[in-house]
Amino acid sequence: MKPRSKFTGELSRRTVLKTGLAGAAGLVWGSPWARAAETGASPARAKAVIQIWMWGGPSHLDTFDPKPAAGDDYCGPLKNPIPTNVDGIVIGELLPLLAKQADKYSIIRGMTHRVNAHETAAYMVQTGRKPGGGIVYPSVGAVVSFFKGGQGKDDLIPPYIVLTESQGRFSEAGFLGSRYKPFATGGDPKQKRFAVEGIVAEGISDERQKSRRELLGRLNTLQNALTGDPRLAPLARAESQAYDLILGDARKVFDLDEEKDELRDRYGRGTFGQSCLVARRLVERGVRFVTINYKGWDTHKQHFQAMRQKLPEMDKGMATLLEDLAGRGLLDSTIVWWSGEFGRTPRVQWEAPWNGGRGHYGNVFSAVVAGGGFVGGRVVGASDERGEEVKDRPVYPWDLIGSMYALLGIDPNATLPHPQGLAVRATPSADEGYESGGRLVEIM
Amino acid sequence: MPTTSVGMAPRAVFLFIAALTLAVASRATAQEARPPAGVFENGGEPTPAGKIDELVFARLAKLGIQPARVCSDAVFVRRVYLDVLGTLPTAEEARQFILDRNPDKRRALVDRLLGREEFADYGAMRWCDALRVKSEFPINLWPNAVQAYHRWIRACVQENVPYDRFVRELLTASGSNLRVPQVNFHRAMQGREPRALAQGAAMAFMGVRAESWDDDRWSGMEPFFARVGYKSTGEWKEEIVFFDAGKKIAPGAAGSNKAVFPDGTVAKLSENQDPREVFADWLISPDNPWFARCAVNRAWCWLVGRGIIHEPDDVRPDNPASNPELLAWLERELVASGHDLKHVYRLILNSRTYQLSPIPRSDRAEAEANFAHAAIRQLDAEVLIDALCQLTGTTETYWSAVPEPFTFMPADQRAVALADGSITSSFLEMFGRPARDTGMVSERNSRPTAAQRLHLLNSTHVRRKIAQGDLIRRAVGPGRNPREVIDGLYLAILSRYPTPEERRIVAEYAQTSGLPRREAAVDLAWALINSAEFLYRH
Repeated sequence: MKPRSKFTGELSRRTVLKTGLAGAAGLVWGSPWARAAETGASPARAKAVIQIWMWGGPSHLDTFDPKPAAGDDYCGPLKNPIPTNVDGIVIGELLPLLAKQADKYSIIRGMTHRVNAHETAAYMVQTGRKPGGGIVYPSVGAVVSFFKGGQGKDDLIPPYIVLTESQGRFSEAGFLGSRYKPFATGGDPKQKRFAVEGIVAEGISDERQKSRRELLGRLNTLQNALTGDPRLAPLARAESQAYDLILGDARKVFDLDEEKDELRDRYGRGTFGQSCLVARRLVERGVRFVTINYKGWDTHKQHFQAMRQKLPEMDKGMATLLEDLAGRGLLDSTIVWWSGEFGRTPRVQWEAPWNGGRGHYGNVFSAVVAGGGFVGGRVVGASDERGEEVKDRPVYPWDLIGSMYALLGIDPNATLPHPQGLAVRATPSADEGYESGGRLVEIM
Repeated sequence: MPTTSVGMAPRAVFLFIAALTLAVASRATAQEARPPAGVFENGGEPTPAGKIDELVFARLAKLGIQPARVCSDAVFVRRVYLDVLGTLPTAEEARQFILDRNPDKRRALVDRLLGREEFADYGAMRWCDALRVKSEFPINLWPNAVQAYHRWIRACVQENVPYDRFVRELLTASGSNLRVPQVNFHRAMQGREPRALAQGAAMAFMGVRAESWDDDRWSGMEPFFARVGYKSTGEWKEEIVFFDAGKKIAPGAAGSNKAVFPDGTVAKLSENQDPREVFADWLISPDNPWFARCAVNRAWCWLVGRGIIHEPDDVRPDNPASNPELLAWLERELVASGHDLKHVYRLILNSRTYQLSPIPRSDRAEAEANFAHAAIRQLDAEVLIDALCQLTGTTETYWSAVPEPFTFMPADQRAVALADGSITSSFLEMFGRPARDTGMVSERNSRPTAAQRLHLLNSTHVRRKIAQGDLIRRAVGPGRNPREVIDGLYLAILSRYPTPEERRIVAEYAQTSGLPRREAAVDLAWALINSAEFLYRH
């Protein structure tokens, strides 16, 4: 079947495929807008972000803002917080490994937005915007992917990846469109083989992948009848990209067998620990934004049992991640951002039906940032003696996000391309009426 | 032939391959030399079948562009199902049509399809994209109102309500969002201020974007929408939209509160009349230069894949029609038929222009804009997932970020028939379903991405559909000979018979791969589903 070509002036399919492999690769995942934002930005210190998304809202009192003096009704059984390797910083007793890494991160204890509903709070913390006003804003990851995607050394790998499932509760890409949605890996990195959805197919050998691909090429009758037709070039390019991931070297970034057992153990062999390890590998390969979607923090009931089970796992994974990033010289260029959509009620709900639970709490909560230009070993702001209100130095989600953009070399006032041409800034501008505690200049 | 599908004995595999090879050998030589385009063309030169063709071919002749040949029956049946119903023809429907000897079978098929339920589903989906029918983010129609609004729109499409009446209803209705669903038109706009309503109406029914007109023109339109009132009731998420006679018309941005139609004529508004009615009557009058044009251009774009004015929501003097005579003729047809949109669809679908092959015979840049060959475009996300489900006998789960009763849907829910833009799936988002945030045509993203290719080539989702659904079980079922297996898969997936060359390639693959019969069939189905021919409307 010799295909005929009528598009003599156009690129041949072969050329298209070749450029698909090299030059144009970034255009598939990345962004033609890349660099547009750099004009008004300070030079980038951070290249990447690892977001540990504490889905459901973790208790600030039981993690990074303990209040032992507030008594049983606030602390429950966790009333013996521990010192860290930084004088004066004390954190929850279930985080002994993180206590040894406190010089690497700073704790923001005055986070606030006063919203107690998951959807709205998650939207605010991850987009830096309040809902409403007829605009659906993109998440930080989509914005970073928009400005920085396609500039990495390995453009084959998507610039914005979520481990392992998308959040579902809001559209990460917002008005930027589905192109800027994160690539959700699916699968589970704790399994023997991390079956990354679409890239690693269980039960199909490379041999069969190759022979299938050849079969597809031969039976692709419309594609062959339209050889050289520019209308089908984007499909061919996307396909060639996909196969570079399925059969090429890039997929090895997901292969944890390349890591030493000892290190894998240190991260913790559960899904979270191994996700932290994958995140480090992705950042090492030039991925711009990795979200670890860490579920299970919406602890209305059996709160303290959940903390005893989950916090050691979090402690292991996150502490090893910080240590490992630092050991490889990656922490200087990688922001680690730990936060949920809110904290949890400081006062324990002992009554039925909660029987020792904590509810949603947006008045004050904690976030942790490390690396990428953020100074470690500091505490920013404070909550009051019972962790119920901001006492000192409020930080709103947009303050934190604007600080990260600044470190990433993204102008917080840069314009995003709204489909109806509305002038939308990366972060709220002064005249939009957002309360603000200002950027985190004290740790930048 | 072996009757078990999995774990065939080696001997059975051998017999299967032998039979496969024999079955194709007899016919393989005769048509070997035929170019692949033969699948897509019927070989005939296109001759005008009506006024549309006369106008299109005249324009092409003037430009010196040779039109493509007429498409084959197989391409036609697939195309017209996809464009009119948003579904694939079943293998049986495709087979019957291809084998039908009635010379007028294309016209008969068009008539049948325009009467089917799926026509209303797909038409409603397209209108709901344009009218932003969605419960939450960024607008708040709310789920119960969305369901009512979608039902109303669908009923209008199904009953073929005259287009001018449909639009007048949307623009002028008053009442409860749950009981007079067309009032949701106003609730679905970007904002509630008169300017937002004016711009929403202009986008939907005149094809004009906000940036195309200057401030004065928008200010002149504001008074028509300045007396729309909203009030809530005791019922959960009920809202009344009404003519608020007490509302004063605030001066527009230009400092005047004079109502001026977009054509510059000053309107007379009386205190007691809902000014929306004055605007609507101006809009739908037969001499309005925007109204019928926008409607027929949109219809053309929906069916042909490209507007005569392109994009269809970007009407402005410096974006002229590629064939003004064609557009003008269609406008007259719409008005003369009493705003019968089905009449216009029928004219378009029965034209040779619509029935051209996708294989160009000219490489001139203006060929596509002048409809010299069929446009090809990636299937809509909803159409694609429905097609995969139909083929494989599998179902999908949809969810909504708005946790309300309407998210409980039957297992066999079709994506095309989803009422609410807030009800979604990761597949729909990945394949570019519009978010219904703006109502613009460009919101639907039909550009292929690497993520989409990874998903179709290699995801568990699609692999399970192919391997575990009905498709393979039916195809390799008891008593099926190899030729029937191949033909069955081709008819189901590509709506056509394979060529002798394709049969030979498949036989060779079955032989050299050494795969069991069932697995070879899986690979064939996988390859056809991943081909451009399946993924594109062509």
